[in-house]
Amino acid sequence: MSNETTHALAFSPQDLPKTESFFKPHRIVLIVLFVGLVLAIAIFMRWDWLPRYLPRLGNGILVSLAMLFSTSILGFLLAIPLGLVQVTGPWLLKGPARLFCTVIRGTPLLLQLWLLYYGLGSLFPQFPAIRQSFLWPYLREAWPYGVAALTISFAAYEGEVMRGAFAGVPQGELEAARAYGMRRWTMFRRIWLPRAVHRALPTLTGETVLQLKSTPLVATITVIDVYAVISKVRQETFLTYEPLILLALVYMCLTGLLVLAFRYFENRIPTRGA
Amino acid sequence: MMGAAEAIAVTDLHKRFGPLEVLKGVSLTANRGDVIAIIGGSGSGKSTLLRCINMLELPSAGMVSVHGEEIKMKPDGRGGLVPADRKQVQRIRTRLGMVFQSFNLWQHMTILENVIEAPVHVLGNSKAEAVETAEALLRRVGLYEKRDAYPAFLSGGQQQRAAIARALAIQPLVMLFDEPTSALDPELVGEVLSVIGDLAREKRTMILVTHEMKFARNVANHIVFLHNGIIEEQGPPEAIFGAPKSERLKKFISSIH
Repeated sequence: MSNETTHALAFSPQDLPKTESFFKPHRIVLIVLFVGLVLAIAIFMRWDWLPRYLPRLGNGILVSLAMLFSTSILGFLLAIPLGLVQVTGPWLLKGPARLFCTVIRGTPLLLQLWLLYYGLGSLFPQFPAIRQSFLWPYLREAWPYGVAALTISFAAYEGEVMRGAFAGVPQGELEAARAYGMRRWTMFRRIWLPRAVHRALPTLTGETVLQLKSTPLVATITVIDVYAVISKVRQETFLTYEPLILLALVYMCLTGLLVLAFRYFENRIPTRGA
Repeated sequence: MMGAAEAIAVTDLHKRFGPLEVLKGVSLTANRGDVIAIIGGSGSGKSTLLRCINMLELPSAGMVSVHGEEIKMKPDGRGGLVPADRKQVQRIRTRLGMVFQSFNLWQHMTILENVIEAPVHVLGNSKAEAVETAEALLRRVGLYEKRDAYPAFLSGGQQQRAAIARALAIQPLVMLFDEPTSALDPELVGEVLSVIGDLAREKRTMILVTHEMKFARNVANHIVFLHNGIIEEQGPPEAIFGAPKSERLKKFISSIH
């Protein structure tokens, strides 16, 4: 019986509107208007430039996704210790972690990005040791600064989310782990962390979507992501709306896919009354 | 009780929470096969006593030994004690099956996963072996059909029975029950008590803190009445409930009837 409940919740088809509910008069009017709008955009606007830019657009989307995934994963890995020490750590770690989160969350991402790229990036060449190091070929590029800035930002926001998530795991469940002789690391790995991540998942979905929409900032330091490609299109074709509409569509599709992926993970463990 | 192997010995246990002394020198011995029920009013220190046995609460002074092995303690520098050897405490805890008032099942795991967790990740048993034991235990507590459900979808009584199976899965020497029915709706108390009663009848060593006096009288062979952090009176159930000596126990028994 509970299995049925679990599966019903896992896929939640009841969340989707039923087929017959589409055929209400006001819905039909809205659907007709929407289809008309899409057709008008496709027919009356200029899309002849699209095939020429497709390869570059594809490349740009890949760069955007690479930025999103690398910085979310790295940032989240940093967020775990950042959150944890704020809950259990000694003040020597707690203080700096809290300061880090406060400073990063209190300043604009664009500012951090520029400080890293134009500030740190222009300091590095003055040190021969850095110029001769194996890192130099990378430090001359723009993307490492983009990855660094986005990672740091994600870590700070998610550190705060994880702090709440770690603190919110019921004490009794941790006590049960200790009562059966679990070592601290096992308890963290098997109980505390998975429980905290599960609690934080709905928030993390939103934060990752925000992170996706922070990635175009790297275009300001010459990384060619999908936003940069669209800017290029606008400069070369003197078109304004068409490339921007396409860009909006691209981000919407990516967001939709992200949300679906996260929902899958959320529903792996059904919760009651959610 | 002479001649039986000593399962748990608590000697002159004190516990202070700040200025408040909750336990003021409690000594208690549980031999193998004993079912000891700790009763007493709220704030009498009965849960604290139970939680000191597996060091979920650290005693301020005194000694606990399990199966003849004394838990080594050292001063924490603030007038209390901390375990001298964390590994020893972890090892001893695997011999004590704790059941909590609020079940404390791990909500991100199915019932079966809850039951095999400690055998696999603490005792290092193989997963296949652990699953086999767990399924047998779940059958015993009547939850085999619910093995793949998550705790949130179970009733309180079912959750507590699953928690008992989880505690039994580490094959403990002694079962510790901390008010196992206090968080349950009245109509669910019976199913949990019947599982605990079965365990008592098969001569499993258990110490249980409870408010269910009738149940304590039926299953326990030794009753400990705790009042204000000291053992006011103890003895076989007939004596405790039939012929209480101390005024406080008389008052306590009349107050709950």
